[in-house]
Amino acid sequence: MPSSTVLVALLGMTVVAYVLGRRRSVRAASNTGLTCHSLPGYYGSYVAIWCALPALLLYCLWQLAEPGFIRTQVLATMSAATLELPEAELGLVYNDIRNLVEGNIVSGEPSDEILAAASRYMSLQRISNLGLMLAVLIIGLTTLGWAFRRVEPGLRARNKVERSMELLLMAASTVAIFTTIGIFLSVLFEALRFFQQVSPLEFLFGLSWSPQTAIRPDQVGSSGAFGAVPLFAGTLLISGIAMLVAVPVGLMSAIYLSEYANPQVRSFAKPMLEVLAGIPTVVYGYFAALTVGPLLRQFGEGLGLSVSSESALGAGLVMGIMIIPFVSSLSDDVINAVPQDLRDGSYGLGATQSETIRQVILPAALPGIVGGILLAASRAIGETMIVVMAAGLAANLTANPLEAVTTVTVQIVTLLIGDQEFDSAKTLAAFALGLLLFVTTLILNIIALRVVRRYREQYE
Amino acid sequence: MSQATKVEKDTVPQVGAGTVEETSVPAAPDIRVVGDTYRTVGDYTSANPVVRARNVDVFYGDNHAIQNVSLDIGKNQVISLIGPSGCGKSTFIRCLNRMNDTIDIARVHGEILLDGEDIHARRMDVVMLRARVGMVFQKPNPFPKSVYDNVAYGPRIHGLARNRQELDRIVRSSLERAGLWTEVKDRLDEPGTGLSGGQQQRLCIARTIAVGPEVILMDEPCSALDPIATAHIEDLIDELKKNFAIVIVTHSMQQAARVSQRTAYFHLGRLIEVGDTDQIFTNPQHELTEDYITGRFG
Ligand SMILES: Nc1ncnc2c1ncn2[C@@H]1O[C@H](COP(=O)(O)OP(=O)(O)OP(=O)(O)O)[C@@H](O)[C@H]1O
Ligand SMILES: [Mg+2]
Repeated sequence: MPSSTVLVALLGMTVVAYVLGRRRSVRAASNTGLTCHSLPGYYGSYVAIWCALPALLLYCLWQLAEPGFIRTQVLATMSAATLELPEAELGLVYNDIRNLVEGNIVSGEPSDEILAAASRYMSLQRISNLGLMLAVLIIGLTTLGWAFRRVEPGLRARNKVERSMELLLMAASTVAIFTTIGIFLSVLFEALRFFQQVSPLEFLFGLSWSPQTAIRPDQVGSSGAFGAVPLFAGTLLISGIAMLVAVPVGLMSAIYLSEYANPQVRSFAKPMLEVLAGIPTVVYGYFAALTVGPLLRQFGEGLGLSVSSESALGAGLVMGIMIIPFVSSLSDDVINAVPQDLRDGSYGLGATQSETIRQVILPAALPGIVGGILLAASRAIGETMIVVMAAGLAANLTANPLEAVTTVTVQIVTLLIGDQEFDSAKTLAAFALGLLLFVTTLILNIIALRVVRRYREQYE
Repeated sequence: MSQATKVEKDTVPQVGAGTVEETSVPAAPDIRVVGDTYRTVGDYTSANPVVRARNVDVFYGDNHAIQNVSLDIGKNQVISLIGPSGCGKSTFIRCLNRMNDTIDIARVHGEILLDGEDIHARRMDVVMLRARVGMVFQKPNPFPKSVYDNVAYGPRIHGLARNRQELDRIVRSSLERAGLWTEVKDRLDEPGTGLSGGQQQRLCIARTIAVGPEVILMDEPCSALDPIATAHIEDLIDELKKNFAIVIVTHSMQQAARVSQRTAYFHLGRLIEVGDTDQIFTNPQHELTEDYITGRFG
């Protein structure tokens, strides 16, 4: 019987607890003739929460602790020779034991020792499961009884339930925080391993990127170059071009839609614009590589410029088009949210429409507009597919938008594609890049928040 | 019809008006309606008019918010518009600087002349019209800018100051006349939206007079002011009237009596009665006017 069945039992107990708590409050009220502090439902919820929460907490803790506990218990009975193995091989042995228990494929014929360990593992697991079920049921019943006994007209169940709602909401919000921290830490540790092999200085300031590491030590070119500057320059170049396209076009179309367009045009054009955000990036990639790239090249030839068929310009332009809706949609919303009173005030003083927009509406809407622009920027920095298809993989350090460049995200992808050793510098470099990207966007966000807050203080 | 006595003599059927329909506005049977035309009681003309509105109708979609209103705004005069809430006072004054243009569903018919020029004429520059006919809105609406920039907004867009000193002077004198200077002189750089409601209202008045309009339309300019600030604004109105024409919408009979020379009473989109303020408050001709000013209505 899997341990999760106990959760079903707990659910049932919770429902019973609700009914009991509710009924007791009603009885108590009619017996004593007092009016209850809260509605009957609150007493029910109160008992139910007390029944479910501690038991659930215990369940989670138990599940977290169980694997470690079983591991130490199982390993403790194994022979000294096995225990002397290095950490990594010991892990393999332990994996074998678990595979055996779960009926998976095991490497080689299991030895007697492993078979014995496996049976011990199984019995331990059974005991642990049984213990868990008992513990959960006992705790659940105990707290249920305790809370049930406390139900009386004077108990402020409503306030207590309110408080547990707060806790619930708080727990939900910490999920996001812990996830972020978790991602950050996992990237950080891998990156640190990378920095043991390649110095951070070289990584941060090196001007050349060619992450070829040798499989055999005697191979030529056995040490790659891991200078991230060309990648960041490429990212900056392409996102810069994209923002140059998206910000003016997006902002102006937002202004047109919200201030000039009549309702019919608006109701048609706004969804059309937003469709741009829904097109898969692969499609944009085709478009950039097969349409925009050759077009730019032809156009460049006409002007006597040499444009490589995979250029930063092509990728940037298409990426800019892709992120227009991020700027325009958000800006349109905030511009619409600027009160009509402000417009009237400005028109009433004899201002023209464009004066009103420039001097009153845009400043008032600025925090929201900046928000939209930032969202677009982080999309641009993180975008991979268009760049892979239209800007190439060559890590050129150049400011010329007509040449091929590559970006951080594209390199992360190429580093992790294919069969790799997980401790080679080449693979670990992906984590270092990820870390750097993470830190960069974080700094970008912090700056943006500052900017927005400054304006907010000024305008509210 | 027989119970109405006072206005009988003023209710002249229009020549050529078809069948006599007395009940086109069933909600207010007291209004004497002949066909579609109600004749305002009293003299709606003025000896020295800046603005002449004739037969103005305003529709918000199907809602006929102003019905056939004719009224002159005299130079160097204050005229107050009174009447129950929703009777169309704001709508009427918004016609005079074409602010109703900004409302999609609003349609304005009729003739409005400013200094003899038709404000709906093709040649009329709406932007300049609004600089000449300034407006203080019913709800204070300072811009999300500093106090200084709020007042300097109009002079800046119209190029009224050649340099910073001149602009400073305009800002200061406007704030002084609106009775706000002493309160804000040390916080000119703080946002105008951070002022109290009454201060914001005076800021909006300062902002409007900074442009130097010929006609000033004030929509309940004292609704959020304490008696002292109200007295100050009333002094300002007295002073402004030396150079300008002023229209003030107010719900306070006392205020109308104090500041205005003429008073117009609106009811359900019609201009019921207009006349010298003294006469309106002492000897109203129309029943509805009398009911309103004596507090039996609204
Ligand atoms: N923007 C608008 N859209 C549609 N109808 C409107 C609009 N503004 C005013 N109205 C309608 O026009 C009529 C007159 O409104 P108006 O604002 O002129 O009244 P008012 O006399 O100023 O009232 P108050 O004393 O409450 O300010 C009302 O019936 C109102 O519902
Ligand atoms: Mg009004």
